Amino acid sequence: MQKKLAWFLQHMRREWQIYVLLAPTIIWFILFLYKPMYGLQIAFKDYSIFRGIAGSPWVGFEHFQTLFESDTFVRALKNTVIISALSMMFGFPMPIILALMFNEILNQTYKKTAQTLVYLPHFISTVIIAGIVVTAFSPSAGIVNTIIGWFGIEPIYFLTKPEWFRPIFIGSGIWQEAGFSSIVFLAAIAGVNPSLYESAVVDGASRWQMMWKITLPSIMPTIIIMLIIRIGNILEIGFELVILLYQPATYQTADVINTFIYRQGLQGGQYDVAAAAGLFNAVVAFVLVMTANTISRRVSRTSLW
Amino acid sequence: MAKMNLYSRGDKLFVIANMVLIGIFALSTLYPFIYIAAVSFSSGFAATAGKVILTPVDLTLAAYERVLSEPEFWRSYLNTFIYTIGGTLMSLIIIIPGAYALSRPQLIGRRFWNLVVAFTMWFNAGMIPFFLNMRDLGLMDSYFGLIIGFACNAFNIILLRNFFESIPASFEEAARMDGANEFQVLWKVFVPLSKPAIATVTLFCIVARWNGFFWAMVLLQDESKIPLQVYLRQIIATLSDDEEFASTLLTAPYSVETVTAAIIVCSIIPVLIIYPFVQKYFNKGILLGGVKE
Repeated sequence: MQKKLAWFLQHMRREWQIYVLLAPTIIWFILFLYKPMYGLQIAFKDYSIFRGIAGSPWVGFEHFQTLFESDTFVRALKNTVIISALSMMFGFPMPIILALMFNEILNQTYKKTAQTLVYLPHFISTVIIAGIVVTAFSPSAGIVNTIIGWFGIEPIYFLTKPEWFRPIFIGSGIWQEAGFSSIVFLAAIAGVNPSLYESAVVDGASRWQMMWKITLPSIMPTIIIMLIIRIGNILEIGFELVILLYQPATYQTADVINTFIYRQGLQGGQYDVAAAAGLFNAVVAFVLVMTANTISRRVSRTSLW
Repeated sequence: MAKMNLYSRGDKLFVIANMVLIGIFALSTLYPFIYIAAVSFSSGFAATAGKVILTPVDLTLAAYERVLSEPEFWRSYLNTFIYTIGGTLMSLIIIIPGAYALSRPQLIGRRFWNLVVAFTMWFNAGMIPFFLNMRDLGLMDSYFGLIIGFACNAFNIILLRNFFESIPASFEEAARMDGANEFQVLWKVFVPLSKPAIATVTLFCIVARWNGFFWAMVLLQDESKIPLQVYLRQIIATLSDDEEFASTLLTAPYSVETVTAAIIVCSIIPVLIIYPFVQKYFNKGILLGGVKE
């Protein structure tokens, strides 16, 4: 014991600078990410601002019961899963296809220019995206209604129609992120062993065949990693865009867990119920990402950690 | 791949079809921006009547005159710069030393400290506890609160830590021989060698700050502190609901659409200016460093 202490003191005397460098990061994580975890207990309490987090009385699982008896929450949960699954179905293959296509472009200037253009929307604020969507889909002025007008279709007020919310939301998500997400796959393609292509050329393989038989299988590990991340985040929807685009008329298809939490908690002041919804969200997400990783490790020996 | 010769007619057809498809995709990515720019320079009447498709109709600067004459617009523009520059500097000041310390083999409890950071990627307390915490810390409605509250995240730290770990020990040996302490080794050896990784993290911070709106909207009450994105949201929300404004449109040379479009253009311009400078860092595979943990 004495020896260990002496060793520790000597270590600290010699290496204290490292701990000084580490301290701000750890303090920040405790203050802004771990302290809120302590605050999560209000999900099991009848929280009042005056009594504070520690002083509010316990109520057990009452808030969770309230949540699952509430149609709004169940609807939000359903919408979250549906929107997420749909955007995964349509959005996940896009960057992979784009990366494969970029890889087949021989003219470097053309490739660079096209990449510059498709990466750009990633750097644009959600508010701007929403502004563009609102303008483009506006019933009187919007380009979309102008175009469908050429075919004799009456203007549609898209953003008030529940059936249009999901296509518009998912479409703008693909428009914004498909290009930039392809970078990860392009980096993986850059790492493919060139000798594979050389021997394929000797065997007379066409470019199409090489893309299918060499490039795609070679980047499979990256695809699996990205898929795991995506599945783990199935409850994470770009809810900022939802908040900007939805309105009471479209809640039935648009309201997701995070927008529900925002309305109940931050706008409605029902912090405890909203925190319970958030906790439910976080626990399910945690289990999902862990499970996905375990499965992936078994199946392909590819895992995140 | 690019150096390879074309093999057959089938290959040629494939390459050309591919180029055309990519071209179409790239242009359709670009189109909404062109459309918005065209609307912003069109007259309110033309925009409302849905006449704008590709180029401005009845070219006018009326929407810009309206936007640029609002002091609130300039105030929020300035605020966005404060949050972006202040927030990015704060992030770098915390993240670079932290990532360096976490990459050092002699750090006691290194696995534990790394887990403390990484765990937050998998489990998050969520919106409400974070909000209540910010309120308890007295960080509501202040520049400092918004800057410090979002200074770190696990992804950036891990990305940078992995890069530091990949630097061979031989690089720091000369500095150690000269009696350099940890601060000097970090500043004179690791930081210069890690420029691409630091540039990537800086870029992520700038983009997140420039675009961030949700927490600014939630945490800031004082109108004079809101950033451009929150201002834009308010304009979109109030203009489209405001009956009075709508009725003035019959005579005004601008409309809800042209004013919104003009603010969008003003907000995108700084992004377009710095975009070419940072773009060269994208393709280096550094992004993967963070993903692979």
